[in-house]
Amino acid sequence: MKKEFLMGSEVIVKGAIASGAQMMTGYPITPTTEIMEHWAEETVKNPTLKFLQTEDEMSAGFAMMGAILAGKKAFTASAGPGNVLMQDAFSMAESMRLPTVAFIGQRGGPSTGTVIYSQQEVTLTCFGGNGEGLRIVYSTAGGQELYDYAIKAFNTAWKYRFPTFVLSDGYQNKTLGTVETYSPQEKEIEIISSNPYLLNPQKQKDSFTHLRNTYNLEQELADVLADHKKHFTEMTPEIVEFEDYHTLDAEVVIFAHGIVAAVAKLAVDSLRNEGKKVGLFRPITLNPFPKESAISAILNKKGILVVESSLGQFEGMLKANIYPSSTPIYTLKKPAVGIMPNEIIEKINEILLKKD
Amino acid sequence: MSENALPKSWNKETKPHKFCPGCGQALALKILGHAIDELGIAQNLIYATDIGCSLLSWDMFNVDTIQTHHGRTVPLCVGFKKAKPGAIVLSLTGDGGGYAIGAQHLLNSVMRNDPITIILINNANYAMTGGQLAPTTLLKQKTTTTPKGREIIQGRPFKGPEMLAQISADDTYIARGISTNYQQLLNMYKKAISNQIDGRGFSFMEVISMCPVNWHTNAQESLDFSEIEMAKVYPLGEIKVPKALT
Repeated sequence: MKKEFLMGSEVIVKGAIASGAQMMTGYPITPTTEIMEHWAEETVKNPTLKFLQTEDEMSAGFAMMGAILAGKKAFTASAGPGNVLMQDAFSMAESMRLPTVAFIGQRGGPSTGTVIYSQQEVTLTCFGGNGEGLRIVYSTAGGQELYDYAIKAFNTAWKYRFPTFVLSDGYQNKTLGTVETYSPQEKEIEIISSNPYLLNPQKQKDSFTHLRNTYNLEQELADVLADHKKHFTEMTPEIVEFEDYHTLDAEVVIFAHGIVAAVAKLAVDSLRNEGKKVGLFRPITLNPFPKESAISAILNKKGILVVESSLGQFEGMLKANIYPSSTPIYTLKKPAVGIMPNEIIEKINEILLKKD
Repeated sequence: MSENALPKSWNKETKPHKFCPGCGQALALKILGHAIDELGIAQNLIYATDIGCSLLSWDMFNVDTIQTHHGRTVPLCVGFKKAKPGAIVLSLTGDGGGYAIGAQHLLNSVMRNDPITIILINNANYAMTGGQLAPTTLLKQKTTTTPKGREIIQGRPFKGPEMLAQISADDTYIARGISTNYQQLLNMYKKAISNQIDGRGFSFMEVISMCPVNWHTNAQESLDFSEIEMAKVYPLGEIKVPKALT
């Protein structure tokens, strides 16, 4: 273990390498370009690592899947309009249960939007594509988590074989900070190995693999999806993660994810110093959502404050999961811009003044 | 091997094949099967199909196969080859997949001289969806989206091999064959695959095919349209051959 002063994108690359990543495909887009650049530098130091800069994000997604089918731990990174284009590939990965890993750096939308920050790719990343959103999405809150969840994402993807995403933003990717790096062995993290789907050397001669994502009969597809859903549901308790910060005795519980949750934590500390009973519930896995824990966290509370840099993507997800809770929901929604602790504090004080 | 024999590399369990009666693609893939047999590569080959009629061959061969999305077969093959350079990687796509929705993948793959082999079936229409205008539709040819026949305002017929030959590296193999000329197509397939095996670079073949169901033609009319009308616009033969293969 050692402390290093690193930029978020470099942290992601170091975490990916620690987790056994062997190949990256990608197309430049702010704020994830530096992930490619750092990976390209790593391939010079270690020629067994492979890199392919493709002509667009669709190509990056499909080339990544080609490499995974050949047995490599391959990954990609993208953002905003690139994340939109890559849904073509992620949809196939979801259909065929391919263990893809993608680092998404959220930027403002819709369209080209802005290039550094937002929380508007929650719905797209969790439920993009013409499927059911059987994907795993970790929402990180700063440098150290980029390292921890880069390692975890590859393991989760290769163990459960659902497309896996690490959802950050340009603030996280472009910020320099101190991060503790380590090898998985130091923390007794077992690394899941990767095997080829096609041309597997272990296969018997004259046995062949035929993989498809198109079905002849409606019932055939229905059966496949039922099977995938069953696996997803069985896996959920093993991977679902959240951070509970002083919700037990709280009168008001803030719900936030990603970097906004880090800000909300500062607000909670400040309010607690004034003796106000406020807590924070932060889902780390947005998909699958920590439903039961979220429901317990809001029982008998005066209110919920949802804080997000979006017009309500996270709020909608929360409501769907806590229904039919009668706890009043208040919101602080600022699409495309950052949120300061004072804004949250002000909102909480308003809620605390409300009569029951 | 007899021209009429079923290829050894065909998956007997999935025969009869799924293509329409009279389809030229079934012929083209039978000859491809013979090329795979003669080169003895079935154990080290991956076969990737596009969407459209080509996906009907997802279980056609006794080779490891992956069916992808529309236009995305080429990048998937590029990624596979990059990850496993010793594998022989074969991409099957249609004229829509290669010249329209996946055109930028095809262009960039040839520019990088990726050592993969691409086979593109040209039947002058989008066949799986019922016969719409394709990049390869001939002028005056009627389709469901050009009911008066293709006019110049809808673009000229797309000459893929000729275009790729202009921008490709010297060691590229580029040819155009036809599903009804067994020996010529077999030789082209073998060269297009050998060029990859020998590690030279990008190989591309267009195969002119018949689509009687969407052309609304009988057997003789189908043969005439592909062998005479299409071949007039799309000349048959080798367009670029590396010195080592001449």
